[in-house]
Amino acid sequence: MLDAYQDNRLSKTLLWSFSALVLLFLMLPTLIVVPLSFSASDLLEFPPREWSLRWYESFFMSSAWMAALRTSLILGILTAAVAVPASFLACFALNRLGGRTAAGIYALLLSPSVTPGILLAIGLFFVLAKLGLVGTLTGVLAGHVVLAIPVAVIVLYPALNRFDWAQAQAARSLGASWFQTMGGIILPQLGLSLSTAALMAFLTSLDEAVISIFVANGPSSTLPKLMFISLRDQIDPTIAAISTLWTVLISGVVLFFNLRDRGQNA
Amino acid sequence: MSAAAYLQDARRERRFYLSLALPALVLVGFAALLPVAWILRQSFLDLGGNFTTANYGKILSSGLTWSALGTTLALSGTTLVLCMILGIPLALTLASTSTRIANRVLILIMLPLWTSILVRTYGWLVLLRKDGLVNAALQSLGLTDAPLPLVYNFNGTLIGMVHYMLPLFVLPVYAAMRDIDSNIIRAAASMGAGLWHCVRTVILPLSAGGILSGSTIVFIYTLGFFITPAVLGGGKVNPISIRIDRTLSTFQDWGSASALGVLLLVLVLLTGAMLFATRWFLNRGTRHA
Repeated sequence: MLDAYQDNRLSKTLLWSFSALVLLFLMLPTLIVVPLSFSASDLLEFPPREWSLRWYESFFMSSAWMAALRTSLILGILTAAVAVPASFLACFALNRLGGRTAAGIYALLLSPSVTPGILLAIGLFFVLAKLGLVGTLTGVLAGHVVLAIPVAVIVLYPALNRFDWAQAQAARSLGASWFQTMGGIILPQLGLSLSTAALMAFLTSLDEAVISIFVANGPSSTLPKLMFISLRDQIDPTIAAISTLWTVLISGVVLFFNLRDRGQNA
Repeated sequence: MSAAAYLQDARRERRFYLSLALPALVLVGFAALLPVAWILRQSFLDLGGNFTTANYGKILSSGLTWSALGTTLALSGTTLVLCMILGIPLALTLASTSTRIANRVLILIMLPLWTSILVRTYGWLVLLRKDGLVNAALQSLGLTDAPLPLVYNFNGTLIGMVHYMLPLFVLPVYAAMRDIDSNIIRAAASMGAGLWHCVRTVILPLSAGGILSGSTIVFIYTLGFFITPAVLGGGKVNPISIRIDRTLSTFQDWGSASALGVLLLVLVLLTGAMLFATRWFLNRGTRHA
C-alpha cells in the first residue's frame, strides 16, 4: 500500500520496529508461562534454576483439577452439541426467510455477544436460583450455549448464504424428501463450516469464565473457575503448567485451521 | 394453483422456517433475554417483592457507585486510547506489506485472542510482580532503583485490558486500511505529500470506519470487564462489574446489585447509540463529498 514511499527507509524501519514491539507485547504473557511451568522451584523465578515436571504432576494428580478439567471438557462437547444444530437450523431459516424478519432474528441471536458477561452471569444466576438450578451442569450449559450461538451463527450464516440452493431444488424435484436433501446434499457440503462452528463453540465454552464463576458450584466448577479462584488466592505454578498445555492446544488448533484453509484455497 | 392457495402455501412455508429458528431463539430467550429482563425487574423490587425505587436511591446516593462509574469510564477510555496508539501503527504496517506476510503476522495476533483470559492474566501477574521479569529488566537497565508497583492496581488492570482488546481493535482497522486504493496514496505522494502527511490526511480519514468499529468493540467490551480487574486490580480497582459482585456476594443485596446491572446496561446502550450516531454522521459526510 505504501509502495509510493519506498525511499522513506527511516519511517519504514521505525514503523516495523514499533510493530515488532507491539507484537512482543501481545506474545509475551503467553510465552513467559512456558519456561515457568518446567521450573523446579515454588518461587516464580526467571529463568528457572532447576527444571522439573512437578507442576504437571501436581495438575494431573490433583483430583480437584482433574474434576474441573472433566467438567470443562464435558461442557464444551455438550455446548457444541446443542449450539451448532440449533444455530444451523436458525441460519437455514434466516437464509430462506430473508428480509426484515431474518434481520431481526439475526440481531437477536447475536445479542448475547454484546451483552456484558457480568450481566448475563448475574441475570442467569437469578433465573437459575428461582428454578433451583444454581450449581448444576444444566445451568452452566445454558449460559455457555447462549454464548456459543452467536459464534456458530457468524460461521454458519455466510456459509449457508454461499450455498448453491439450486442443488437442493434439483434433489427435491428428482424426488428426494426434505430429510434426504438435508442429509445427502446440504450437510456434506457444509461439513467444513459445521466442523469449524463446532470447534469454535467448544472453545467458547472451554474459555468461558464469568458465567461459570457465578453460576457453577462444586462438581459443576469448570477449569477457568478453579483457575480464577486459585489466581485470586495465591499464585501457584500449577497454573503455569495448565496455561502451557492450553497454549499448545490452541496453537495446534490455529495452525491446523490455517493450513487447512490454505489447502482449501490452493 | 389458485392465488389464495399459493398464498396459504407460502404462509405455511414461512411458518415452517420460523419453527426451525425456534430452538436457537428459545435458548437465547431463556439464557440471555430473560436474565437481563429479570435484572431489570428485580432492580425495582424490595425484599418483600413489592415495587420500589429504593434500590436506585441507594446506589445513586452512594459514593462507591460514582467512583465505580469513574473507574469504569477511566479504564475503558484509557484502554481505547492505548489501543489506538499501539494498534493503528501495527495495522498500517500490516496493510503496507504483502498479503502473504500480513497473514503470517495475523496468526501471531490471533493466537492471544484464542488464549484463555485466565492464562493471559496469569502471564501478566508473573511479568509485572515486584520480583517479576519487567521490574528486573527495568532495574538491570538502570531505569529504576526500586521495583515499580505495576500490578494489583489501576496500571496492572489497564495493561491486562489493553492486551485483551488490542487484537480485536487491530483486525477491523487492518481490514479498512487494506481496502484503501493504493492509487490514492500514490497520487498523494506524487503531489508531494510526505509519509506522515499522507497518513494524517489520506490514510486515517479513509480508515475512519474501521477505527470506529474497533473503538466500538473496545469500549463496549471493556465497560463490563470482570476477570481482569478482579485479578490484576488486587481489590483496589473497583469498576461497576466488581461492585456488582461485591454487592451480591458480600451484602447479598440482590436489589442493589440489579440496579447496578441496569446502570451498566444503560452505559452500554448509551455508548452503542453514540457510536451508531457517529457512524451515521460519517456515512452522510462521505455521501455528500
